[in-house]
Amino acid sequence: MTISLRRPRLTKQQRRALIVGLLFISPAIIGFFVFNIGPIVQSLHYSFTRYNILQPPRWVGLNNYKFLIESDRVFRIGISNTLYMVLIGLPIHLVFNMLMALLLNTRIKGLSVYRSIFYIPSITPVVASTIVWLWIFNGQFGILNEFLKFIGLPPVGWLTDPRWVKPSLIFMGAWFGGNTILIYLASLQDVPYDLLESAELDGANALQKTFRITLPMISPVIFYTIIVNVIGYFQYFTEAWVMTANRDGSAGGVANSAMFYSMYLYQTAFQQFKMGYASAQAWILFMIVLIATVALFKTAGWVYYHAED
Amino acid sequence: MTAAIHWRENRIVQDRIKKSIAYTIVFIMAVAYIFPLYWLIVTALKTDAEIFQQPPPIFPPNPQWQNFGESTTYIPFWRYMWNTIVISGLTVLGTVLSCTFIAYGFARIRWPGRNIVFLIYLSTIMLPSQVTLIPLYLIFRDLGWVGTMLPLVVPHFFGNALYVFLLRQFLLTIPLELSDAAKIDGASELGILWHIMIPLMRPALAVVALFTFVQTYRDFLGPLIYLQNQQDWTISLGLKLFQNMYGAQWQLMMAASTLAMLPTIVLFFFTQKTFVRGIALTGLKG
Repeated sequence: MTISLRRPRLTKQQRRALIVGLLFISPAIIGFFVFNIGPIVQSLHYSFTRYNILQPPRWVGLNNYKFLIESDRVFRIGISNTLYMVLIGLPIHLVFNMLMALLLNTRIKGLSVYRSIFYIPSITPVVASTIVWLWIFNGQFGILNEFLKFIGLPPVGWLTDPRWVKPSLIFMGAWFGGNTILIYLASLQDVPYDLLESAELDGANALQKTFRITLPMISPVIFYTIIVNVIGYFQYFTEAWVMTANRDGSAGGVANSAMFYSMYLYQTAFQQFKMGYASAQAWILFMIVLIATVALFKTAGWVYYHAED
Repeated sequence: MTAAIHWRENRIVQDRIKKSIAYTIVFIMAVAYIFPLYWLIVTALKTDAEIFQQPPPIFPPNPQWQNFGESTTYIPFWRYMWNTIVISGLTVLGTVLSCTFIAYGFARIRWPGRNIVFLIYLSTIMLPSQVTLIPLYLIFRDLGWVGTMLPLVVPHFFGNALYVFLLRQFLLTIPLELSDAAKIDGASELGILWHIMIPLMRPALAVVALFTFVQTYRDFLGPLIYLQNQQDWTISLGLKLFQNMYGAQWQLMMAASTLAMLPTIVLFFFTQKTFVRGIALTGLKG
């Protein structure tokens, strides 16, 4: 409507195009308001209330936020565990994926076979694969500890020792990263070969070629994977939940060592039915993700966009 | 002259050494990546006693093929597979349908304000799903949909910004003259979409369908929140909750997990090209 107000002189043809265009995108408009904007506003409202579903929401002002920030110990653990994943796990995964992509980009024989091998773990159901990982990590009968025994090292409580559970999850997470390896590989294959060749003629070695040409050329893709994965890792849930779930439905590992932000939010909302308190958590997460995204875009000076796009 | 030849030979030798190092590392990593899947199948083929044998046998001494059959009755495997396929199928249908229309509306119809509206729409990709999770749950609860598959399926009939983006990019590469010519011949927008665009869009639509299917097939959190009756569970939910309830019949759980992985693996082998193209597409949007 505002559009027609600002431009009172839409031609008849334009008005027709506007109506037809809006009709075509109407599912998106409905989806945008019903599944995004509406719920966002509503969850902001709930975050200022106490709401257990049975009684109507009761306004409590900033109490939820105050309690979360000042006195909720598990919440604090959840934040620090999640930051551990974002700041340590994610960089390890991305560097590892890039190394694998660079190795695969050496005109290797059997590329399509390798590609399948690295990709398959990222399309099989997470739960099905974590069942075997639970067994690999098993303290008593797991193959990993069996291997440690074989080389003369003491066994490790991969999932039961609070010091080891996050490294174990990161280790397992590398196995799920094939998707990123393939994204990197696809972009590496697009780096023009004559560029690398002329650098070589100028005497550049492999490292120089990688850091001066290849990586800058694919920096938009690197930036994209960073953004998408930062947002994703802040919401890290399924792998940790499945690996640490107990029979009573609780999860999070020994002493909450694998309690991540989304897991605590899930428990607050769907096991304790504290919808207001959980909404406050959701909004804090929203703000954290928003700030992280903006910060990433503000520091994106290293990203190189070539002119041809 | 000779120096140049020497230099060249040196380079070839060096290249060969570098390449063989790269090949070796890739090979070792590939073995490491396969190992969990291998271990899954090996464990699925063991007897109860062999599972707890130390050290564990690397090959199954007497492969228990019947474990696969047994696992499908140990948990209601086929029922869960059916539920998963129905939910995934409907989700794919909804996503492909809605995203086609929306992308067409953004890419092929020149209405004022379309670019700014598209940017606003695209920004929803960045939204963490937790923010809308609770209000949506409460809305679906009021509608009486909690405990049915509707909350998992219906939202997909209203578009997905990422796939709209992909399809829009694709549609923008098709010359406008093609639709203009059809319009002069009196074709409507719907007619152009159906007769001209959809046949051209097939490769892009295949990518959207495949990715949506795999994503839904793997989903865990959605079913965990909304599917409350045991007979409605998806395979992912069923595998996990059964393991929690009945403890470790490890070989049967492994057998069921292997079977649960098969559909996506088979699908991948038949549609490898589409997958690889899709991955390149999602990456190149950067």
